[in-house]
Amino acid sequence: MSTHGPLSEEGLVRLLSHTGERLDHPDFGRYAADLDPVRLRRMWHDMTVVRAFDQEATSLQRQGELGLWVQAVGQEAAQIGSGHALRPSDFVFPSYREHAVAHTRGVDLPEILRIFRGLQHGAWDPAAHGFHLYTLVIGAHALHATGYAMAMARDGLVGTGQDSDGAVVCYFGDGATSQGDVNEALTFAAVNDAPIVFFVQNNQFAISESTTRQSRVPLAQRGAGFGVPSVRVDGNDVIASYAVTQWALQHARSGAGPVLIEAFTYRMGAHTTSDDPTRYRSHADEAYWAERDPIARLEAYLRSIGELSDEAVEAARAEAKELGRRTRETVKAWSRPETATMFDHVYAEPHATVAAERAWFSRYERSFADQGAHA
Amino acid sequence: MPTFETFHMPDAGEGLTEADVVTWRVAVGDTVEVNQPLVEIETAKSLVELPCPVDGVVTELLVAEGDTVEVGAPIARFDTDPGGEPAMEVPGGVSEADEAVPSVPTAEAAEQEAPAPEAESSGAVLVGYGVSAGSARRRPRKEGALEPVGGAGESSEYPVLAKPPVRKLARELGVEITTVTPSGPGGLVTREDVEQAAKARSTRALTTYDTNDDQPWLESGYSSDGGRSTRVPVRSVRKRTAEAMVKSAFTAPHVTVFHTADVTATMDLVKRLKADRDFQDVRVTPLLIVAKALLLAVRRHPEINASWDDEAREIVYKHYVNLGIAASTPRGLLVPNIKDAHRLPLHELAVEIGELTSLARENRTPPGALAGGTISITNVGPLGIDTGTPILNPGESAILAFGAIREQPWVHEGEIKIRWVTQLALSFDHRLVDGELGARVLADVGRVMSDPAQGLVWG
Repeated sequence: MSTHGPLSEEGLVRLLSHTGERLDHPDFGRYAADLDPVRLRRMWHDMTVVRAFDQEATSLQRQGELGLWVQAVGQEAAQIGSGHALRPSDFVFPSYREHAVAHTRGVDLPEILRIFRGLQHGAWDPAAHGFHLYTLVIGAHALHATGYAMAMARDGLVGTGQDSDGAVVCYFGDGATSQGDVNEALTFAAVNDAPIVFFVQNNQFAISESTTRQSRVPLAQRGAGFGVPSVRVDGNDVIASYAVTQWALQHARSGAGPVLIEAFTYRMGAHTTSDDPTRYRSHADEAYWAERDPIARLEAYLRSIGELSDEAVEAARAEAKELGRRTRETVKAWSRPETATMFDHVYAEPHATVAAERAWFSRYERSFADQGAHA
Repeated sequence: MPTFETFHMPDAGEGLTEADVVTWRVAVGDTVEVNQPLVEIETAKSLVELPCPVDGVVTELLVAEGDTVEVGAPIARFDTDPGGEPAMEVPGGVSEADEAVPSVPTAEAAEQEAPAPEAESSGAVLVGYGVSAGSARRRPRKEGALEPVGGAGESSEYPVLAKPPVRKLARELGVEITTVTPSGPGGLVTREDVEQAAKARSTRALTTYDTNDDQPWLESGYSSDGGRSTRVPVRSVRKRTAEAMVKSAFTAPHVTVFHTADVTATMDLVKRLKADRDFQDVRVTPLLIVAKALLLAVRRHPEINASWDDEAREIVYKHYVNLGIAASTPRGLLVPNIKDAHRLPLHELAVEIGELTSLARENRTPPGALAGGTISITNVGPLGIDTGTPILNPGESAILAFGAIREQPWVHEGEIKIRWVTQLALSFDHRLVDGELGARVLADVGRVMSDPAQGLVWG
């Protein structure tokens, strides 16, 4: 057993060094064998575009267009790498920072901002994208995800060897590993052989609390206590993140039970736009991790093998800019929804109590002479 | 046609109600792009840069640097279509364009009211070279229009036309470009206009001072009394300091007690700690020991660590110590506090004090560090002062002044010896702290300073 602390970089699966040299790994190297330059370029492109979106959303918050924004800057490799390993038959339970995963699941990025503009609890059809709504309660969705995975097994969607086999990936952060819900989920998943991959993005901070205040050992080691196979990967390495997720998903889809992945990364931005990270971390720390920027790393590699042209970079930049513009226009065009819509998704089926409450609420809103229901 | 958009002060955190405008990064007439830095604001004393919300031209800055602005209040206006066709043809040059302004009394109209388009001008301020001479002239100010930022209220309601080098010159000469009477084609402000204005101003002796001036306290002041004095608007930290001190001095009846102590043992301890391997990464100073001594005294007399809640008619006793340390910063006096200082071992306390002082010196004190203090120390010693009668930080009931430590003749074990001696003073809020309690707390601080081993007994 390792005596290294939770922030140790010992024993991380890594297939791309932080300066962009391609590495091999005896166990996981082969799971990245299918990543040809075309796919790697796609990953680089996705990361670039998502980061631009992230920055645009940050600006929109600073301009008063969003109530809050949760930046994912620095975590793109962990998200894009794992997201690219997913199949349509898989189902994702994100927490609230998984914008890049959302992108790989076909969610149109600006739609995410409906939540952060306070218009809707969730703005996409989870079934259509295989991507559940964001969960803001830390770790609560680990139980939902486990239940969903157990149901998939009961529905025969696991272990047939067909492409229809699927698994659940549940994303949460280092802070969530201290929550009871996550530990309960690991217990249930393990004893029920649930087809689920617990994907911890250890970005080193639970808001302001360092991972060293949450654990004595690397978070991946916790899996062993539950009997869940675990792997610790360099979360700023998109290739390794892809490879370990491939392995984990194959394991889970085959019916062999859950897997825990700890992607060790760094939140380069603030916890949210309401947070000031200079209060609890040093510039030296930020500079160290800026050198390990996941996008720069893949870019360096692609350039070194002659697979990233200036034109491609320019095109991605243009596309990123266009996405920023479209995001801005989309957000500013949204009007406030009718308040009565908050009753729409309380139950899947019509419900008498909800109908009565909706009727009462409509009457109440109409009772204001001077103001419409959604002025 | 020109389209005007107003930018309102956003809530840059969750639930903020106001912010101070620190620095405008743009000037009226600047062509701006979405997301370029627009203005730096200070929310509860942390600096946040707001990005520009639109592409266009800045037509008005509605608040001045130093102003405290409520969230939601309009702070800037932009023309987002400066290259567009004018709203209305105005013949012959002299614009009566006020009439072109819609007079419908709606909020939307009010927002569009101030800046009206110039006839035949390209409208684009920085690229407006094609404007024909005399096609437009400055309109008179409208009564009651929102006052844009400018010198002494002499300002334009709409974009000033000037080329970038001229704007730069104006900034260098300290001339507010909106106050300059233009003589160039199309109402363009020329280099000569700016120089003229600078000259005129120097005879009027209106002074603006740069930050780097050797008299920084005169920054943004203006001359009065024929140049015999300078009046400086009260802003930002100065304003808050004044409000806090007035509030404190006139609500909490202050009493100050004094105590002179032989702190030779403290000086020995400081010396020992400086040599200690575990303390190599921190600065060990007598302030560290006095902070620890105060924490020990609070532990023995927790009732001093309280505040008076006038509204509820209750005294709030706090079971934690957020230890404030007054710091002189480039922005003024701040009292950042160390959270839960009562829990910190000596080394961690030293780390926190070091962090707090270096952040304050670099002007990076986070807002959280300024709120929620429970008791404070003001260290007047480094200035060579023996002691003072400090005013309480509002919401706290005691503040300790720590004076200079000097070698003095002192009766020690029956003989006159040269000893390190200092003066301590404790001000407290007599509404909830009686003289005896205050005296005991101060005596305990002195006791630990005189004999740090006492800390072992009490710790």
